[in-house]
Amino acid sequence: MPAERLDPPEPGPVTVPATRPVGVQIDGVTKRFGDATALHEAWLKIADGEFMTLLGPSGCGKTTLLNLIAGFLEADSGEIFVGGRLMTETPPYDREIGVVFQNYALFPHMNVAKNVGYGLRMRGVPKREIEARVAEALALVKLSQFGDRKPRQLSGGQQQRVALARALVIRPKVLLLDEPFSALDKNLRGAMQVELKEIQRRLGVTTIFVTHDQSEALSMSDRIAVMADGRIRQVGTPDEIYRRPADPFLASFVGDVNVLPGRLERRLGEVASVLVADGRLQVRADTLGDLAPGAAVDLFVRPDAVRVAEGEGLLSGTVATHVYQGSHVDVLVDVPAARGGRITVRVPGYEAPVRWPAGTRIALDFAAGDAVAFASDAG
Amino acid sequence: MPQNAKRLIPARVGERLLKVAGWTVVWLIVAFIILPAVVVGISAFNDRAILSFPPQAWSTRWFQRAFSYRDFSDGFRNGLIITAFASTIALAVGAGFAFALDRYRFRGKAALEAMLTSPLVIPHFTIGLGFLILAAQIHATRTFALVIVCHVVLVLPFVMRSVYVSLRNLDARLELAAASLGARPGRALFTVTLPLLLPGLFSGWLFAAILSFNEFTASLFVTAQATQTLPVAMYNYVREYADPTLAALSVIYIVVTALLLTLANSFLGLGKVLNVEHAR
Repeated sequence: MPAERLDPPEPGPVTVPATRPVGVQIDGVTKRFGDATALHEAWLKIADGEFMTLLGPSGCGKTTLLNLIAGFLEADSGEIFVGGRLMTETPPYDREIGVVFQNYALFPHMNVAKNVGYGLRMRGVPKREIEARVAEALALVKLSQFGDRKPRQLSGGQQQRVALARALVIRPKVLLLDEPFSALDKNLRGAMQVELKEIQRRLGVTTIFVTHDQSEALSMSDRIAVMADGRIRQVGTPDEIYRRPADPFLASFVGDVNVLPGRLERRLGEVASVLVADGRLQVRADTLGDLAPGAAVDLFVRPDAVRVAEGEGLLSGTVATHVYQGSHVDVLVDVPAARGGRITVRVPGYEAPVRWPAGTRIALDFAAGDAVAFASDAG
Repeated sequence: MPQNAKRLIPARVGERLLKVAGWTVVWLIVAFIILPAVVVGISAFNDRAILSFPPQAWSTRWFQRAFSYRDFSDGFRNGLIITAFASTIALAVGAGFAFALDRYRFRGKAALEAMLTSPLVIPHFTIGLGFLILAAQIHATRTFALVIVCHVVLVLPFVMRSVYVSLRNLDARLELAAASLGARPGRALFTVTLPLLLPGLFSGWLFAAILSFNEFTASLFVTAQATQTLPVAMYNYVREYADPTLAALSVIYIVVTALLLTLANSFLGLGKVLNVEHAR
């Protein structure tokens, strides 16, 4: 399935897995703050039960979009539907949307059980049922023993779980998470990611997750919407986002890339033939727009897609240095043909420095399917 | 190694000297702070009918006089009435203004803020004199209302400040969280905003009460015989007598205020009342 490009935005159909009903629909939503446009005509459909991540650098508009869905902000134009219902006139307290804030926003004057039960009390749920559902929610996040504690007596990870339980206990139509893991240390973050994903899958709740961390987005999401400068730039599965970035910015934002300058030789339908270094590659043409043969192109290849070739390869160079990463080694190779004169090769395991010490001349290769070509901005 | 050892010993001695000097300074400062209270406190138990120090003979009769002297008990009662009204009205008005200043953007916001804090800049006797002139125009110089209104103006900046700081420190996302969980604005106000503001409101009220009860300069202008507060009664007393009754009254003052603060501390925690914890 091709990655969708939404730039320039078109009100056309945004693909959602056809078998599932739409959970959240964003129809051409624009939000301005004074002269600045925080969100520029966003179009997005999120399937019921889907885990959608809004990924982008800070100031890209992802949190603005989240606040619009929650009803904390009003859109200047466009419409938001949740479960098929138009939300424009619905205040936040009637939207049935659970929100987990970046700083958790737990009520400091209430204990954990009171925090979790707050939404149920606001709904007038009978006391017995509140107790049962709070207990259930606390069990879900493994905090059954902590009902009597005040939030300040909990660790960051525990506060995070309370915030999650509080948002889930109201059985929301949509769960919104605003950079929920950014305050946690790295180990805890990994554990919480797995746990959140499991809970989300078990409950099947439509989830919109905001983050600027690309590895977090890739590991957790069903689909990712990459945002930049107030626009949704690409929507796709993690694999599409990683391997089929829609433009050079997205390619560099989601993971490391090597760039090889080349020339477009000719186009045949969906396939383009590109001359690069000493060879010729057949790559997909859909990322090249209406570029004519003879034009300069840049070929983007991920470090994990490049491998050291036995004998002849597409590229040749000299090993400059190694960066040991534990599970893999990044071998930095001086390749005159590459942009910046250097190629990073990600080699699994730890043997790379022994097999190819610095100064070794090696040949490099990669599959044409792992390369993406864009019109060169270097001319 | 030997070189290091040589340097180590003088350094340690110097450090100890510095430490001793530091603590001496701290204790001297503390002593100066409490010295007046100690002198007055001791004088209160002087048996002789003049304010002298140190006392030659001891007695508690000035305490009896402090309690039985009519102007003092009237002044105490008047002070309580005025303080209760003034600090409560100031709290309501100040909290309203603080809320408006914190939550809304409007024209003249800076001017309003400046005007509300201006009693900090204008001398108390100016405010008192101003109210006296105004009250004279409508023949209201002998009313409690005049004293109360004057005190409200005087303590308003302190109340406003206290509530404003609490509002500032309140995480706006807590109200958003409440809304997302289904709380209508009114319920969010009573279940989240107000409970969290309570220490700030209470500390504002308490400071207003202490200031109002102790206020002298403006009160001298706006009180009459029937409405005079305790500090004014004390001033009138000291113009006629020089016995230790005032010292005894001072001791009572200090004890009562300390008791009030201790109570406030045990109920809400002094850190919260003084907004220390909130300002983290």
